[in-house]
Amino acid sequence: MNMLTRGLATGMMALFAASGAMAEAADDNLVINGEIEIVTRTEAPAHLSDTMDEIMSGWLFRGEETRAMEADDFDNPGMIFVEQGEEAWNTAEGSEGKSCADCHGASSEMAGVRPVYPKYVEAAGEVRTLEMQVNDCRENRMGAEKWDYTGGEMVNMVALLSSVSRGLPVNVAIDGPAQSTWEKGKEIYYTRFGQLELSCANCHEDNYGNMIRADHLSQGQINGFPTYRLKNNKLNAVQSRFKGCVRDTRAETFKPGSPEFVALELYVGSRGNGLSVEGPSVRN
Amino acid sequence: MKISVMALVASVGMAASAVAAEIAPTAVTYTDGAVEQSLTGVAGNPEEGAKIIGSKKLGNCVACHQVTALADVPWQGGIGPVLDGAGDRWSEAELRGIVANAKMMFEGTMMPAFYKDTGFIRPGKAFTGEAADDTLGPLLSAQQVEDVVAYLATLKD
Ligand code: HEC
Ligand code: HEC
Ligand code: HEC
Repeated sequence: MNMLTRGLATGMMALFAASGAMAEAADDNLVINGEIEIVTRTEAPAHLSDTMDEIMSGWLFRGEETRAMEADDFDNPGMIFVEQGEEAWNTAEGSEGKSCADCHGASSEMAGVRPVYPKYVEAAGEVRTLEMQVNDCRENRMGAEKWDYTGGEMVNMVALLSSVSRGLPVNVAIDGPAQSTWEKGKEIYYTRFGQLELSCANCHEDNYGNMIRADHLSQGQINGFPTYRLKNNKLNAVQSRFKGCVRDTRAETFKPGSPEFVALELYVGSRGNGLSVEGPSVRN
Repeated sequence: MKISVMALVASVGMAASAVAAEIAPTAVTYTDGAVEQSLTGVAGNPEEGAKIIGSKKLGNCVACHQVTALADVPWQGGIGPVLDGAGDRWSEAELRGIVANAKMMFEGTMMPAFYKDTGFIRPGKAFTGEAADDTLGPLLSAQQVEDVVAYLATLKD
């Protein structure tokens, strides 16, 4: 046996002997308000077939109480921010004196938008996130100031847009004009950044289900964003989470809204194709 | 936090000035993943080593490994093998190589290199998310590596 296999073999034995350090994903079903059925585990999309069989929502890796909070809108602290988003939706702003509702109708009309973002937007000639679309409308159609990419107003609006799509399957396109951005995102996903030299895949593909210190590693899916985190008692934008994870590898992060994070969001989003939109979700 | 960072800087500084013969991260010689020569020439202190392994601010080895002998350290992870018996499985030179740069022993391993200060992609300034500056040093000082190795060598079945 060479050093490598010897290390691996002892590693395997030790892992099996370990107790508590490996915790299974929950065997549980999520139905929100007793009516919205959420797919929290399903067959992996074709582009991941060499890597994994099943994709799972981060919901399955959280404790029982945290999971229960998401099953009822009265218990989900994220829903307060959806209400604030709804208020903003109906408020006229900017030089044009228009609200989102003036052009788009009721917020529920936006059902089906969240699941396909990020996507290549023909008119813009680039891949865009939901945040970029919202700011484009504010700046160019309302004559209003752009919102901070991961700021409170933006996160509330994205929470509203997610909530009206809850239960619909994530369906991010990876081919055609989106493909080159997707490839770029994939490369970032597998790059071992920072002084700890860790890639997203090291933690969320190779080790989901395992404990890293006190944290139960999930697949790092983004179908639940924005997430209300019990740790910081607020709604968190997806790219704030990316930033935190990159920072934790002792790396220089990318900025929310940067081309790198947009590409990464497209790629990570596509790894969740088939899971239900769940945002705003509850996490710890 | 500030205090422990300063303590860390101080201890790195002391180790460097006390021992002229310290081997720099880029000068370490690996043979089949093992490092024969002590990085400092000063015997490691296993008690210090145990602290480094359990401390979030230092080695934080228990983020990924369990060590039964350190059961009082809470939240031990399950990414890497349990380290019980590591002193039986590996020689001191092999342990030194694994701690200094485990990628020399286990190709492509997830385990970070603790005695390496170059060759990173977008290295940061600790956990700030900002770019590293020229104060970037290895995760552990040469003497801290020796301390950790001395502790691992005591882990016999
Ligand atoms: C003056 C009219 C107008 C206003 C006001 C407006 N939008 Fe839009 N919005 C549009 C048009 C036109 C499009 C592009 C066509 C489309 O996809 O519906 C669009 C596209 C979008 C999209 C992408 C939809 C998709 O299917 O891809 C989102 C998301 C969006 N707007 C959100 C908002 C939000 C949030 C506000 C308020 C902050 C807002 N818009 C205000 C006209 C408007
Ligand atoms: C050192 C391990 C580690 C690395 C590397 C890492 N993460 Fe994470 N990540 C975590 C932990 C721990 C959590 C919180 C528990 C969980 O959901 O896995 C987390 C959570 C997440 C979540 C939230 C999941 C949810 O359901 O709310 C996303 C999304 C995520 N990570 C994406 C990424 C991306 C993208 C990368 C690469 C840029 C990355 N992570 C790199 C450890 C890591
Ligand atoms: C990010 C996770 C991670 C961290 C942090 C980490 N290791 Fe490891 N370590 C591993 C993995 C994974 C292996 C298995 C080697 C492989 O990849 O094949 C390993 C292997 C080892 C081995 C050989 C396994 C055996 O017992 O036979 C030793 C010894 C070891 N690590 C010590 C340490 C020490 C000491 C530290 C802290 C200074 C540390 N590790 C930090 C992940 C980690």
